[in-house]
Amino acid sequence: MPRSDRRSVLALIAGAAVLLPLRPALALDANASQALIRNAVTDVYAVINSGQPPAQMYRQFEAVLARYGDVNIMARSVLGPAARQIDAAQFAAYRQAFQGYMGRKYGKRFREFVGGKVEVGAARPLKSYYAVDATAYLNGRAPMEIEWHVSDKSGRVLFFNLIIEGVNMLASERAEMAAMLARRNGDVAALTADLQKAG
Amino acid sequence: MRHPIRLITCLSLALTMGLAGCASRPVMQDGILINDPYEAQNRRVHAFNKALDAKIVGPVSDLALSDDEPAPAGTDAGGIKPLDLVINIGSNLSLPGKAVNSLLQGRPGPAAKNISRFAVNSTLGIAGLLDPAGSHMGLTEVDTDFGETLAVWGVPEGAYLELPVLGPSTQRDSFGKGVDVLIDPFGLVLDWWPGRAVEYTLRIASKAGERARFGDTVDSVLQDSADSYAQTRLIYLMHRRHDVGEEGAEFDPYDDPYAEPGQEAGFIDPYAAE
Repeated sequence: MPRSDRRSVLALIAGAAVLLPLRPALALDANASQALIRNAVTDVYAVINSGQPPAQMYRQFEAVLARYGDVNIMARSVLGPAARQIDAAQFAAYRQAFQGYMGRKYGKRFREFVGGKVEVGAARPLKSYYAVDATAYLNGRAPMEIEWHVSDKSGRVLFFNLIIEGVNMLASERAEMAAMLARRNGDVAALTADLQKAG
Repeated sequence: MRHPIRLITCLSLALTMGLAGCASRPVMQDGILINDPYEAQNRRVHAFNKALDAKIVGPVSDLALSDDEPAPAGTDAGGIKPLDLVINIGSNLSLPGKAVNSLLQGRPGPAAKNISRFAVNSTLGIAGLLDPAGSHMGLTEVDTDFGETLAVWGVPEGAYLELPVLGPSTQRDSFGKGVDVLIDPFGLVLDWWPGRAVEYTLRIASKAGERARFGDTVDSVLQDSADSYAQTRLIYLMHRRHDVGEEGAEFDPYDDPYAEPGQEAGFIDPYAAE
């Protein structure tokens, strides 16, 4: 190896060594993606098995979503072009309502996981992010395939989508938001109010 | 005498073939390709199905489910419930037909698995009431049907259809349902009365049992969606394409969070930066 090459390699390693400790959360790889989903599933099961009243559980599912998921990009993506036409305060209010709606809607489904288990499998690179495969074993039901999509584009390693037996959450919520928005003639403030009660 | 079933089958085949004559351009919507030229008619059927579900299927399911609540956390959830028996016996009867389809798809592995499952559960499992094959031998059901066989053979999906009572489908899957009745191996060994009448009663009861078990999910889609027709259509198509190995949408919201679904007929690349 020529001296200059070796020097540039050394410089790269040194540069990486300086950068890495500063931005540890940015290391998106298979292990980090898998660990994120493992932790999220563990937290979801802790809520499911806590035996609390439903309303309390939904708030905790919402907290799990906010902790492991990129709610900002999910909210933006499912709202579509309308997200461009509102100001930051309006978006923040919608985003908050969306987060609560997701906690209630998916929390209700998660409660069916009582007595079952979710095995988190391997992570694999997909496009510009990682997909983590998981299998849900529920009582008296054929095993279900769940695929989580994890990215670090928010600045942290977070999941932004999940696909249950082919049913894509972002696609499904995009259709739902479009229909809810159409019912309110495109008024995002009215949609926000509706979302606070929905789910 | 097997005429009644033949008649229903022929009618369903004729219906789907007739409809297949019409065609329209599919559109990209919510990240997937949707081909729904009969939307007006489909929406009428959907309204009927939704009312039927709210008035009859849902309440009956809830009754069946009342003694089948999920066990609370910390208790043994492994007990056998009446609903399990109903679901098990009907789904066991569907296994020979599924094995035939796996063979037609050139997949002897899944066919052997379903046949072994049928053999074990029909004997040790007391005529399919129990599921020792799944719970103790890893012989879980490989779900398939003639709609998937057609997909493997390269037949296109066709238009989306919502069938009365039966619910969401496509032209390919509706046709497949009819053929499944014809190629069911029980047809070779059982007369229509009482053999196959009993078989189909048990299989329908099993489907109703599954509806009861997953009732909350069905209710949430049907009753809580802003547009339950569009939501049902989207979920069915995504799930079905996943099952038959025709992959669907990949969303990368970071690259294009504002990608407008259904903006133009044609492929929207979610990865294209704005």
